[in-house]
Amino acid sequence: MSTAMRPEALSALAGEGLSRRNFFRSAGALIVGFSMSGALENAEAQTATGFPAPTIATNQVDSWIAIASDDSVTAYTGKCDFGQGFRTVQHQLVAEELGVPLARVKMIICDTAQCPDQGVSSGSQGHPTQFGNGALRTALATAREALFKMASDQLGVAVDELDVENGIVFVKSDRGKGMSYGRLIGGKKISLALDARAATKNPANYKILGTSVPRYDVPPKATGEFEYVHNIRLPAMIHARVVRPPRVGAKLVSVDESSVKSLPGNVKVVARKDFVAVAADTQWEAMQAADTLVVKWSGGDKLPDQDTIFGTMRKLPSRDAYAVVANDVDAKLKSAAQTFKATYFHPFQMHGSLGTSCAVADVRGTGANTTATVWSASQGIYPQRDSLALILGTAKENVRCIFVEGSGCYGLNGADSVAYDAAVVSQATGRAVRVQYSRKDEMTAGESYGPAYVIDLKAGVDDKGQIIAWDYEGWTFSKGNRPNATTPGNVIAGALLGFPVPANTPTTTPSVPNSFSNNANVASAYGTGCVGGSCGGTGTVQSERILTHTIASPFFTGPLRSPNRLQNTFANESFIDEIAAALKVDSVAYRLRHLTDSRLIDVMNGAARAAKWDTRPSPNPRNAKTGVVTGRGIAIVFYEGNNGYGGLVAEVSVDQASGYVTVTRIVASNDSGPISNPDGLRAQMEGGALQGMSRALFEEVKWNEESVTSTDWRRFPVYKFGDVLPVVETVLIDRRDKQQMGAGETIITVVAAAIANAIFDAAGARVRQVPFTPDRVLAALAARE
Amino acid sequence: MPEVILNVNGGDNVVEVDPNSPLLYVLIDAYGLRGPKFGCGLAQCGACTVLMDGEPYRSCTLPVSEAKGKIVTLEGLGTMENPHPIQRAFIEEQALQCGFCISGPVLYGKAFVDKNPGASETQIVEALNGLLCRCHAHPRMVKALLRYGKEVKA
Repeated sequence: MSTAMRPEALSALAGEGLSRRNFFRSAGALIVGFSMSGALENAEAQTATGFPAPTIATNQVDSWIAIASDDSVTAYTGKCDFGQGFRTVQHQLVAEELGVPLARVKMIICDTAQCPDQGVSSGSQGHPTQFGNGALRTALATAREALFKMASDQLGVAVDELDVENGIVFVKSDRGKGMSYGRLIGGKKISLALDARAATKNPANYKILGTSVPRYDVPPKATGEFEYVHNIRLPAMIHARVVRPPRVGAKLVSVDESSVKSLPGNVKVVARKDFVAVAADTQWEAMQAADTLVVKWSGGDKLPDQDTIFGTMRKLPSRDAYAVVANDVDAKLKSAAQTFKATYFHPFQMHGSLGTSCAVADVRGTGANTTATVWSASQGIYPQRDSLALILGTAKENVRCIFVEGSGCYGLNGADSVAYDAAVVSQATGRAVRVQYSRKDEMTAGESYGPAYVIDLKAGVDDKGQIIAWDYEGWTFSKGNRPNATTPGNVIAGALLGFPVPANTPTTTPSVPNSFSNNANVASAYGTGCVGGSCGGTGTVQSERILTHTIASPFFTGPLRSPNRLQNTFANESFIDEIAAALKVDSVAYRLRHLTDSRLIDVMNGAARAAKWDTRPSPNPRNAKTGVVTGRGIAIVFYEGNNGYGGLVAEVSVDQASGYVTVTRIVASNDSGPISNPDGLRAQMEGGALQGMSRALFEEVKWNEESVTSTDWRRFPVYKFGDVLPVVETVLIDRRDKQQMGAGETIITVVAAAIANAIFDAAGARVRQVPFTPDRVLAALAARE
Repeated sequence: MPEVILNVNGGDNVVEVDPNSPLLYVLIDAYGLRGPKFGCGLAQCGACTVLMDGEPYRSCTLPVSEAKGKIVTLEGLGTMENPHPIQRAFIEEQALQCGFCISGPVLYGKAFVDKNPGASETQIVEALNGLLCRCHAHPRMVKALLRYGKEVKA
């Protein structure tokens, strides 16, 4: 039996993990950082004192890689891994660019005291960032160029006559002549600034990237040895649970500490503004204390009626923004041979992490001398550090946030909130504290939901059926977001602690953009995306008007895997299918007539071909109006307008008596440039496909007048084992001549529309509201002409 | 506090705990185990699954006083150096992402496939009925269990 702190946690606590500084203390090393200053000076200062400081000034944490005279390679990265395999891919990148064996690469990930501040790890940005200009890949190329130059001098041959293998730079014409990186560095202390012009390796020549290196985290996870944030244990650590207001917006009146006095476990009560928590020696004792504690609350917001929410949204004050606004949309619609319109509805959805959020905090000292170490599974430990400084009343240099993987988050789950909770309880009790949410805490007062949407679409076609105008008007909710240095109130714990929730200020006239951005995929794939004289779209429709109204939300909202892109793509990709069907044209053929981007065309054709797409208009004329019928649907996206292409065919069966929809097969196709790890990409596509199916068929946050009623997995149903498992097939398009793009969210974005289109193909019934519950499908069946 | 005798991963131990405490918290806090995890505390998801005398149980709702027999967690099956064949199958198939749910599919899967090594994909899905995986690695988990079944047969 052991409750001892694990060595890795101990070393992190003691600051011994700051090994980069030790590279220069002990022997020679080559370090690449943002700037020439910093690493070297700091190393010298530390040599003088002989002991590494417990924290490092944030402006000195700037290095990307260190190659030591013992040939070891250490890379520091601010892009974390949440189970998608990006830790493994970053190892591959280091080994590939430097020409060293994978086993020699050591990686320090997401520790604000050691790793460069790369903001948040989210939004399918891992690849575009680290493989883009000025980040990890460039740092590696900078190091390799410098080492080749040194080898050229020492071996007396030109740089272009050299190559590298296993960390040994050798003369191509005489392989026996070479020097290892370690020997080249010797006792020298070399500090290089990142050189944006350093030549990176051509992906066509990749040997390690492009292969399915197995993930490093799978064996420890499969054997129970993996350390999640939930497993961090500190000396004399206590456990806490939060006690949240029973109603949204309720205020704390009083806490009766005597109500838990007789409970075991040295119970401590912490209250600050509307924040309440109890701590005890063990988790079980803390849970009982949280259940027992008598707290008086007052007031609370009256929540809007869920049954009429979509109508309400249209009437509320809103912040309005155009993504595209052509001035001829009304005229084109008027002159059109035929017009179409439809309205689509998407609910609030949860991240629904399988494990509830957890964090461990050790806050010491008082006043300006307060220091904090926080272990967190957040996607944004750098902004978390900055906002924690504000909460704890100390400088951000005194706060260290260390990322430790948690349960898959898929965006802004409760990870930041729970880190605040743990830090505040630790500060109040003077003890190291671990907080883990209950299931209800996580679902109702921990995470930030993906927002609901209602979207009106209109289009006009000419006498040949070609779309000549596309008119989008959408309404969505917003409250809070990811926290940054000044906005801890962006998530629920920060708001309960009294930090303001930034206001959603209504506008009188919609903002007009200067250039085209399709970051939220609000514009369809079929528009030219012309703004300010240049066109960034992927389609042919010139006359586009895209207007979004953002309303103050009753619940906290935040990025949920494919945030807003999924909701918008559900509407856009359903609507194009409706038009094609009304014109009695095959849905793939009709899309093709309006697309100009060859990669988007290829990704669509890739999915259609692999699925053996049956080319004909929908619905399937051979299907009966009763019984169980089958159908196929397709949807495509150019994710964020610059970050990966996805296409997906869904095959469904629809029981027309019960309204029950079963997805039987999914074929997903993806192009995100050069593929780093084919099996890892497949895993992302498969998971995205099925998570998208779960969201399309099951997931919807429910509430009553006072509070969210989706408090557990019975009240927030999701896809589970026992439900029909569709066949999932993947088509990988590897483009070694293109830039790396993200691949974590392409596929999930298109699932709901593909399923809705398949339901229509099967039964001639159009479902326009997610999730496609049997009731809604039955209503759509009843509305058939 | 009362004493309870537990046999966890092959060793008998006396632990001083509240007998009403669910087994899960004893395994996590007293034993320091990382395999069984808190997902819901309501026996809805399966992240807390352990084997008792070979049968899967949700340890988050099982009072420790009712825990009996040989209790086995993920750690009790094998190690990274020497994984159990079912763990090897999950590693071969890369059948997890965040891995938080993994006690459920591995231990329910083991209990079922050990008795039904020739089970079909549909039977395996049914045997895992109710377990959740939010990264949606279901197809790979089923492949891993089919692979394990072949090994059990051989």
